[in-house]
Amino acid sequence: MNSRRLIAGAALIAATALTLTACAGSSTPSSTAETSAKTATSAADLGGIDALVAAANAEGQLNVITLPPSWANYGAIISGFEAKYPNIKINSANPDGSSADEVAAAKAQKGQSTAPDVFDIGTAVLQQNLDLVAPYKVANWADLPADYKDSGGKWYYDYTGLMSVGYDSKVITTAPTSITDLLGSAYSGKVAIKGDPTQANEAASAVYLAALQNGGSADNIQPGIDFFHSLKQAGNFLAVTPTQATVASGETPVVIQWSYNNLAWGAAGGTSGNPDYKTVVLPGTALGSYYNQAISVDAPHPAAARLWEEYIYSPEVQNLYLASGAYPATLTAMQTAGTVDKTVLSTVGEPPASFVQLTADQATAAAGLLKSGWAAAIG
Amino acid sequence: MSMTTTVVAPVAPTDTARGAEVPPRRRVAAWVGLVPFGAYVVLFLAIPAVLAIASGFFDGDGAFTFANFSAYTNPTILQNFFASIWISALTAVLGAIGGALICFALLGTRPERMLRSTVDSASSVLAQFGGVMLAFAFIATIGAQGVLTKWLVSLGFTTNIFNNFNGGGPLLYQIPGLVIPYLYFQIPLMVLSFMPAMEGLKSTWAEANATLGGTRLTYWTRIGVPILAPAFFGSLILLFANAFSSYATAAALISQGGIIPLAIRQQLTSETIVGVANVAGVLALGMVVVMIVLMTAYSALQRRASRWRR
Repeated sequence: MNSRRLIAGAALIAATALTLTACAGSSTPSSTAETSAKTATSAADLGGIDALVAAANAEGQLNVITLPPSWANYGAIISGFEAKYPNIKINSANPDGSSADEVAAAKAQKGQSTAPDVFDIGTAVLQQNLDLVAPYKVANWADLPADYKDSGGKWYYDYTGLMSVGYDSKVITTAPTSITDLLGSAYSGKVAIKGDPTQANEAASAVYLAALQNGGSADNIQPGIDFFHSLKQAGNFLAVTPTQATVASGETPVVIQWSYNNLAWGAAGGTSGNPDYKTVVLPGTALGSYYNQAISVDAPHPAAARLWEEYIYSPEVQNLYLASGAYPATLTAMQTAGTVDKTVLSTVGEPPASFVQLTADQATAAAGLLKSGWAAAIG
Repeated sequence: MSMTTTVVAPVAPTDTARGAEVPPRRRVAAWVGLVPFGAYVVLFLAIPAVLAIASGFFDGDGAFTFANFSAYTNPTILQNFFASIWISALTAVLGAIGGALICFALLGTRPERMLRSTVDSASSVLAQFGGVMLAFAFIATIGAQGVLTKWLVSLGFTTNIFNNFNGGGPLLYQIPGLVIPYLYFQIPLMVLSFMPAMEGLKSTWAEANATLGGTRLTYWTRIGVPILAPAFFGSLILLFANAFSSYATAAALISQGGIIPLAIRQQLTSETIVGVANVAGVLALGMVVVMIVLMTAYSALQRRASRWRR
């Protein structure tokens, strides 16, 4: 009896302690420089780019999250930042995490020095968490098309890939020309997507692409679910999450994913890539999906976070996105201004004149269909 | 596999005097000694468990609700529970039988000899060998490009059980395929938890049985099995909990979910179906309920099995 009371008491104390630490999270910033960086909505607010660099150097660190080195060239982008601003060290957390993981980290680590400073985040998750981001407009804000950014500066598109089919050309000798080719016997047990569509946006996008290619539309993705049902029935669906390693070893010979990932895992991946791995963007309606940049409202390094955004939208980094096969948000402006790397653009190919991107409402409706129908379709 | 800590397989009855009186002062000292452990359990097991489950009773805005329980009307969730239960039960039973047979075989060896201590220490290592490492070991062995799979193909079995199970691709990436890696840690865990009970069997009991004219069969049916039953079922529950709460191995192998720990992950981290994180708490509660039902059944069973001792 005594012991039980003791345990209850200990639990109470612990619970109180937890609540207190949670409250302590919203402490007031220590210096005035930090205060101004925290609320600055442009570099001009801080007295220009040099003042921003100085404030960021004083902070000395930048926390980024869920940026895999082989994803959209982030390895080169991060090392480029560290080379350009040698006084700022980048801490890259949870590279293989999801957009939801970014939000979870921002909430759980609020007020701590390890909390993420900047997000590279999917639209659906971002729209649910607009209270977590601080408005900021980069110097070349005008280069971003109006529908690529929040007019208040809370978020802005950074890059998009196109959904593509990657295949090991040693196993699949003729390139697929339509999505229905994947139902053939040559693809037996070989077609993988990037996880569970009810969980991962990239996997869901594979289903959306199948819908667009099979008589569906952004408003009706059911044909995509039906396609994967047929793929499963044919014995061609491979229920394992592909990585660069599984592609290199041949464990996952065919992967439907963003073009920049398929390209990065092929010859462009160098020694860790698979030289026989090819990428095709299927003819017909293409599917893209822009990710968004945003700064955390609780960023522990607010000046470095803002400097990171200025860096991301500089032509050199936008060209780095392009080199990975991702189309950067300022591409049109760069083509007009002539700052685009033309050799890279000719290798990657001109962006399609139009591609489908699901709106927030369409994504919600699609998620509803996935929730009710996906497990049964591939079960 | 955090749940394993909550279940402890009982060892066979020892003949220390039960209920021997301990002086009161020493009893207080014993309680004080328990405080660090108690605090640890409260901080790292009780509070997180309560917080996780409590989250199921709130919506995304922090308002109290029972709406999350509608997850239990979703056939996918029910199917996941069913798959979790059957895979845990199957691997627990197979692991328990396999492990008990190994223990039985080891009884024939001398305790202080190399073999038994080797099996003992190997078991303690292998019982903890789970997660991504284990998944990788099996991908390299029986995955689509696995050594064994390739060998079967080279023998002429171009489609074999490993690369095309049940018409759905490689066995390892389907729910039934989990049985193989799970058994890899279940059997050693059984050896580890059941061996002390087996060692508790006294040779004098066998001699008494023989003196009274019993056969080997009567020894096992009247003495061995009744004495070992509580320990056996206790270990069985431990194995079930071990598989039931196992997450990392399945997560590394299967991308499309299918068991409850993966469903919880899906609810917590989904990018496509947003705002359902609190449903995870309800699913965790479901797992706790399954374990409570099992533990209740177990304690009833144990009371029955040990009736002869009173």
